[in-house]
Amino acid sequence: MPCPVEPDTPRRLVFPAAARRLLQRFGIVIALVVVGAVLAAATPKFLTATNLVNVARQVSINGILAVGVTFVLLTGGVDLSLGSVVALAGVVAASFAHPDEYPIVFAVLMGIATGTACGATNGLVVTRGGVAPFIVTLGMMTAARGLALVVSGGKPVSNMSPDLTQLAGDILGLPIPVLILAAVSVASWLFLANTRLGRHIYAVGGNENAARAAGIDVRRIKLFAYTVCGALTGLAGVVLAARITTGQPNAGVAYELDAIAAVVIGGTSLSGGVGGIGGTLLGVLLMGVINNGLDLLNVSSYYQQIVKGVIIVGAVWLDRRQRRQ
Amino acid sequence: MQRDRPTTDGAVFEARHISKAFAGVQALVDVSLTLRSGAVHALMGENGAGKSTLMRVLGGLLRADSGEILLGGRPILLRSPQDASRHGIAMIHQELLPVPDMTVAENILLGREPASRLVGWIDRRAMQREARRLLDLLEADLPLQWKMRRLSVAQMQTVEIAKTLGQDARVLIMDEPTAAISQREVDALFRVIATLRDRGVAIVYITHKMDEVFRIADTITVLRDGSHVGTCPAGEIDRQALIALMVGRSVDDAAVRPRACRGKVVLTVRGLSRAGAFQDVDFELRRGEVLGITGLMGAGRTELLSAVFGLVPADAGEICVAGQPVRIRRPADAMRHGIGMVTEDRQGFGLIHTMPVKHNMTLAALGGYCRGPFIRHAQETAAAEAGIAALGIKTAGARQAVGELSGGNQQKVVLARSLLADPSIVLLDEPTRGIDIGAKAEVHALIARLAEEGKAVVLVSSELPEALALSDRLLVMRQGTVAAELDPSHTTQEEVLRYAMPR
Repeated sequence: MPCPVEPDTPRRLVFPAAARRLLQRFGIVIALVVVGAVLAAATPKFLTATNLVNVARQVSINGILAVGVTFVLLTGGVDLSLGSVVALAGVVAASFAHPDEYPIVFAVLMGIATGTACGATNGLVVTRGGVAPFIVTLGMMTAARGLALVVSGGKPVSNMSPDLTQLAGDILGLPIPVLILAAVSVASWLFLANTRLGRHIYAVGGNENAARAAGIDVRRIKLFAYTVCGALTGLAGVVLAARITTGQPNAGVAYELDAIAAVVIGGTSLSGGVGGIGGTLLGVLLMGVINNGLDLLNVSSYYQQIVKGVIIVGAVWLDRRQRRQ
Repeated sequence: MQRDRPTTDGAVFEARHISKAFAGVQALVDVSLTLRSGAVHALMGENGAGKSTLMRVLGGLLRADSGEILLGGRPILLRSPQDASRHGIAMIHQELLPVPDMTVAENILLGREPASRLVGWIDRRAMQREARRLLDLLEADLPLQWKMRRLSVAQMQTVEIAKTLGQDARVLIMDEPTAAISQREVDALFRVIATLRDRGVAIVYITHKMDEVFRIADTITVLRDGSHVGTCPAGEIDRQALIALMVGRSVDDAAVRPRACRGKVVLTVRGLSRAGAFQDVDFELRRGEVLGITGLMGAGRTELLSAVFGLVPADAGEICVAGQPVRIRRPADAMRHGIGMVTEDRQGFGLIHTMPVKHNMTLAALGGYCRGPFIRHAQETAAAEAGIAALGIKTAGARQAVGELSGGNQQKVVLARSLLADPSIVLLDEPTRGIDIGAKAEVHALIARLAEEGKAVVLVSSELPEALALSDRLLVMRQGTVAAELDPSHTTQEEVLRYAMPR
């Protein structure tokens, strides 16, 4: 039973709540600082400009995916098709990226459009068909993978124009994928915090019935969230294809799990309505720094997987425990 | 009423001095009840009188704060429904608890499946036989292999009764068992009750239906506001006296509102129906008036309001706003036509617990604080703070989590949300349920103020004094239809209840 607030005792009641919120918001920052400090002490290689830029480059694709899936998770849904759609979008973009056929922008746009179409399909089946998001996106995960194999004929799409591969290069010493992640994050953060549609996403995830009773078109909001997620997944697919200089139909396997893990570590609730882009980015960074640290310390990739699994469950367990207090 | 008298002959089951409070609200105060073997004891009272709470205590679903329960003169402890059933106390619930994807036979014998001792292999034939026997007792002809989800509510109720009959109870509690079943099934049920009574079972029977009470009850006990107000043999009381006992209190606990002169018609509802909820409802609503709608639980009031607001659209009928027919398929449609609603289910359809007070308040009117797609935060905050001040909401600030507020203040947040959208028609469904007296008075004052400002208000309330004090006109609903339109200043609670009682 929450205690009713009396006008004469607001201070005492507010402080713990505010402190809890601070801890909730900055708990992950503290974790990031601690992990960073430990790694800096353990190996001199960690705290160098080259390594940090490298970390940023490594997390950029997972970051773009995580930002996209944050939209879906905030509405209380889920998207398991990210990895397959990454592959499909990459294959499509690569097929249009042969030299001298189309302007390179066209290849990029086709990749993004492919992801958008997959996301919109997910959203339509969830909202119009009333099928659970888990099932719909599981189906899309399988179907998009198959489509990627069909489009590519089961072989990597190579012979890619160098114009596209430049998308994985640097500008002024900063990797372009990192700049893309930064732009996507800022735009998404501004959108969720400052627009009506963004607010409605939180409302739908918080209490769907109440949102409907407040005149919000719940189906439209959900469709929008899946579509944005799909578009960003398409973008991530294009960036990945540029980085590996081919369209790989087998790329991106299990990427959705890393993305969802990062979002949840960042404090977004799987039941929707709570969280945001800031937390998601911190979750992405935390996972990236730990990966990088374990690499630097020459921990075998077998053990890395175990550590990652423990961290995912542990972070969420801590978060829920804090919230229950 | 009996006071610590030693158990007299035939008294199998006694509840003595039972009290129970929920979150500081006293639901039962020192209530005693004595059941005799081979007798039907009817329990009556208005909505919220404490009947269901008492029965849940007797069925082991709730623990009383104080008091004792005696079976055959010996005190017993009821900590769970299993305890109750071990003592031979069985209960038929008001709400149905079917397992929808299991068959009729499986539901009837749920938890008592005839099975081989060794590995628990279910003897399906014995199961069919026993289920058929119990349904035959009720003269109900239900296919045993049907899944429960195929059945109507009445048929499910019959299954629920059959389930209880199988338990060979000494004490049988029936909480409005006829609320949803057909006349044929009611007659069969009454024959079963008579058989059980003759076999010496003590039966408690809760109902709102007068004629049923006089048909089967041997003794009647009336509860009001959680207290015991009287027990007498059914032969020594008539319908009028019974209603007077149930109502009892005076009307003056809600201040009577000065009636304003009424303006032009803003909302017309004609022939509105939704299958299974309400049929052929007509009413008009004018500027500056409060139209009260009352009735017993399940009379279709909430469903009617939900249809006008588009939460669950009607199947048939017409809704006109300011004389123009409008199509309302969802709340957004209703809001576009200037209709606002505060739902009865504050947690389910009102609050968004993950959002602060401010965002909860501005949700329905957010478009008013935007430039293009962007929220103007300063304007939004100002609007929320104005709302907090106007309704006297006690918060630590607009950014406080809405879950930390008291029930009354949460209700005011939901009210503020509807009002910020500036509706001309305001639908209020039980706006004072579950909030304390102080907040209640403030909500009453707010309703009066809305009418004075020229808004048209529909007030659904189960509390008769509240409905009578605040309404300009009062509709009484009964079993999905409008049973009467009364003038609140020239009617009595007795008259209202007479129309509200199912025939």
